Amino acid sequence: MDLIVTILLSGGAFFFAIGTIGILRFPDFYARLHAAGKCDTLAAILSLAGIALYNLHDFTFGNILVSCKVLAIIIFVFIASPTATHAITKAALLVGVKPWEKRKGGRA
Amino acid sequence: MSSVFLAISSFIILLMIMTLVRVIGGPTVLDRIVGVNMIGAKTTVILLLIGLIYDDMSMFVDIALAYALLNFIATLGACKFFRRSNRVFMEDEVAAEEAS
Repeated sequence: MDLIVTILLSGGAFFFAIGTIGILRFPDFYARLHAAGKCDTLAAILSLAGIALYNLHDFTFGNILVSCKVLAIIIFVFIASPTATHAITKAALLVGVKPWEKRKGGRA
Repeated sequence: MSSVFLAISSFIILLMIMTLVRVIGGPTVLDRIVGVNMIGAKTTVILLLIGLIYDDMSMFVDIALAYALLNFIATLGACKFFRRSNRVFMEDEVAAEEAS
């Protein structure tokens, strides 16, 4: 049980790290959004699943209720995070943020 | 098991500080919104980890749920505002963007 929880939490922290590196290193707004949107959703879901699983180590009614609430957060993140990413992308496209192009010998 | 939670929390706080670089220095306002959204997702996880460390899950799970909802609404509101105002560069950065 503890091993599964540790693996889930470490996976979540790993994907958070990937998303952070992506948001710092990518050259363009849309590429940064790509890194942030996907990695963030996956990492939050993995970490919250690990927490919900660890919370069930003794099986009382209160603990089951708390785990159900964590499950509600997981479902909400699963729906809301892509929606937020989509809204940011649409706002950027309508305002007119230019996508990055690779220039010959130019600046990145 | 508590040490694992502490280690993961410290690591996520380090990542939050790294994300703050993008929030402070991002070229457009939308970059900053993305960074804040990401910090909010990390905060949700950290609140639940604090609840596990202090053994008071039933209180912190409600705070985390409210924080996730608020994060989503704040992102949508900021996006709608900057889409209406049609201006995503800060005042002093417009000149730099036109010069380049």
